[in-house]
Amino acid sequence: MSGKGGTGKTTVAAALALALAEEGKRTLLVEVEGRQGIAQLFETQALPYEERKIAVAPGGGEVFALAIDPELALLDYLQMFYKLGSAGRALRKLGAIDFATTIAPGVRDVLLTGKACEAVRRKDRGGRFVYDYVVMDAPPTGRITRFLNVNDEVAGLAKIGPIHNQAQAVMRVLKSPETAVHLVTLLEEMPVQETADGIAELRAARLPVGRVIVNMVRPQVLDAADLELVGSVSRSAVARSLSSTGLGGARRGGHAERLVEPLLAQAEEYAERYALETEQRAVLAELDVPLHELPLLAEGMDLAGLYALARKLRGQGVS
Amino acid sequence: MSRRPEPAQDQDPVREHLSPAHALEIDPLIEDPDTRIVVCCGSGGVGKTTTAAALGLRAAERGRKVVVLTIDPARRLAQSMGIDSLDNTPRRVKGIDDSAGGELHAMMLDMKRTFDEIVEAHADPERAAAILNNPFYQSLSAGFAGTQEYMAMEKLGQLRSRDEWDLIVVDTPPSRSALDFLDAPKRLGSFLDGKLIRVLLAPAKVGGRAGMKFLNVGMSVMTGALGKVLGGQLLRDVQTFVAAMDSMFGGFRTRADATYKLLQAPGTAFLVVAAPERDALREAAYFVERLAAEDMPLAGLVLNRVHGSGAGRLSAERALAAAENLEESRIVDQPDGKAGLRNSPDTYGSSESPARNVTDGGSPATEDVDGAAPEDEPTATDGERSVERLTAGLLRLHAERMQLLARERRTRDRFTALHPEVAMTEVAALPGDVHDLAGLRDIGERLAAGHAELSGAS
Repeated sequence: MSGKGGTGKTTVAAALALALAEEGKRTLLVEVEGRQGIAQLFETQALPYEERKIAVAPGGGEVFALAIDPELALLDYLQMFYKLGSAGRALRKLGAIDFATTIAPGVRDVLLTGKACEAVRRKDRGGRFVYDYVVMDAPPTGRITRFLNVNDEVAGLAKIGPIHNQAQAVMRVLKSPETAVHLVTLLEEMPVQETADGIAELRAARLPVGRVIVNMVRPQVLDAADLELVGSVSRSAVARSLSSTGLGGARRGGHAERLVEPLLAQAEEYAERYALETEQRAVLAELDVPLHELPLLAEGMDLAGLYALARKLRGQGVS
Repeated sequence: MSRRPEPAQDQDPVREHLSPAHALEIDPLIEDPDTRIVVCCGSGGVGKTTTAAALGLRAAERGRKVVVLTIDPARRLAQSMGIDSLDNTPRRVKGIDDSAGGELHAMMLDMKRTFDEIVEAHADPERAAAILNNPFYQSLSAGFAGTQEYMAMEKLGQLRSRDEWDLIVVDTPPSRSALDFLDAPKRLGSFLDGKLIRVLLAPAKVGGRAGMKFLNVGMSVMTGALGKVLGGQLLRDVQTFVAAMDSMFGGFRTRADATYKLLQAPGTAFLVVAAPERDALREAAYFVERLAAEDMPLAGLVLNRVHGSGAGRLSAERALAAAENLEESRIVDQPDGKAGLRNSPDTYGSSESPARNVTDGGSPATEDVDGAAPEDEPTATDGERSVERLTAGLLRLHAERMQLLARERRTRDRFTALHPEVAMTEVAALPGDVHDLAGLRDIGERLAAGHAELSGAS
């Protein structure tokens, strides 16, 4: 799940994880950017670097969450392959871990995607997948292709060695039909543009583009016929109408009459936004990707809202 | 429903105004000849770039020679300033009002180009070519975590040292965390000339003294481990890169330190940009705390996209009640009750489009008739009917606006409660995007007027 900053991709990722967990499924929600956005959403304490159950979905499903810390992931990885124990701590002291996770090309990204892919493939003793779905709250659209494709890049750079192998394995999972990169956007020019660019980049890198989810869609209050009327309606008719509901006098200077201009001004702003949104919807429709919409929650985001969004996603057949 | 007397006019001010102590005055800040750098920072999607551009334009039109360094501007915004070609040098922006003697220049950061330029400036051509062709360098400069931040600060340092401009306005990169640009230069700087690199170069040279023994062991394990993890080829690339960069090492650290000091200098002002939303303001609060911890001079907070209302005295509750009242009277007039239902902006993704209901023939599509007044209106004419419908819509729109206002105010107040010391200006929301100089000028006006509007008479 990716999206331009500020479009609510963490929220949508969490809602999707919930939606997918319904009917007794188990999903893992993975955070890679160290912001603890998931913990805030689910109103729990900061997530440690371990998989932890954070929510129960209707129908008995479970949502687990994991905040991947690249530094710990590297130590994990070294431990697993080289039994590095205390040398690992020494590495850390020297800044080698910092080096490897922050600077060394793509290593950080390989570790992050690698950890997620490991969760995807993990099976329990009975040979059943531990998680039915893994949802990653990924970096923003502007960096998503580089983030996911960095495995290719590392595979090119490090031509042999474990990082190379790991990268190859990760790329196989990411490019498989079991993976989908969903993009979250708003009905605004920049996010829509970035979504279009992101889709083009993903397609060029042959990464599987999933769906576009338009988030925070405002309810339609006035329709096209109303908006047409806004420009031509008689001010006094509106004033009379306001007055008829007890909002004051319709005469010049009366309270209802004085409401008319500000209310119509708000309607004109609405009309402008409506036109922009219509334009952006048209741009999105040309992307040839399934589109979904989630409403703006008037009371702001909270846990109840999250479940409501999950229901919407389910209702729209996203899961 | 009995008619109430005229609503009281003296209560419910549109919004609680900021006290003057909180007001961030933009004009004195950007006009002050001692202000040389303004850094706009904040989380993604809050209008940082637009704010930076608007500030630059305003300062220029007030007589200063300004350069705006943008990181990732929206295409049309970039076009409006004539910097849509990415060539990493400031371009003069045409079409500004230069009657006060100011100039506006703008540039878009090309981080790879900036990195290349540093290399070219500090190494002889042969060495430079070796570095530029090194695969490790190529992926490093093409934008791994931190490079963009480092290069933004590097460019800022360059612009400042040329001393060609009165004022430099910088936009910060859209990082995973708004704080990255403070940390990344240090990290990259210390990596590029740190111990680690030297170890990679020549492990044998370090150590020797008894006290270093532990370190020494750690290091050889580490080079070995890195070699294993990354693969020999990559490690060799890094080593070649490091060898070629050797002459520049001191440089990186020094430059990173110099830029850091520049940010702390009295001529620098930080503006934290946010929108009145919970996440953006939470990030802004972190930022404010971090800047204070780093002794970075914070000028104040720009709160973008704040909503207002010309009819603020009409509360959401009353507006909704009135809208219902109007709609009810319509339902009474239309006993089949169609009128109340006019709300189905559902998805296009889902298969059931309204069109299908109709073409499928059978069902008379009841819901989507949408109050298109039937001919057999007994009491009201079509005109009156649609005016009432419109009025109800206007009232609902207003109620929504008032709820939004209340929510924004709560969010803002939470921030000011935590950080009462931070001056603030508010910029009213625009219905559309900004993509020309006139639009930027308008934002500039709003930035400067933000505090006046807020602290003025209610």
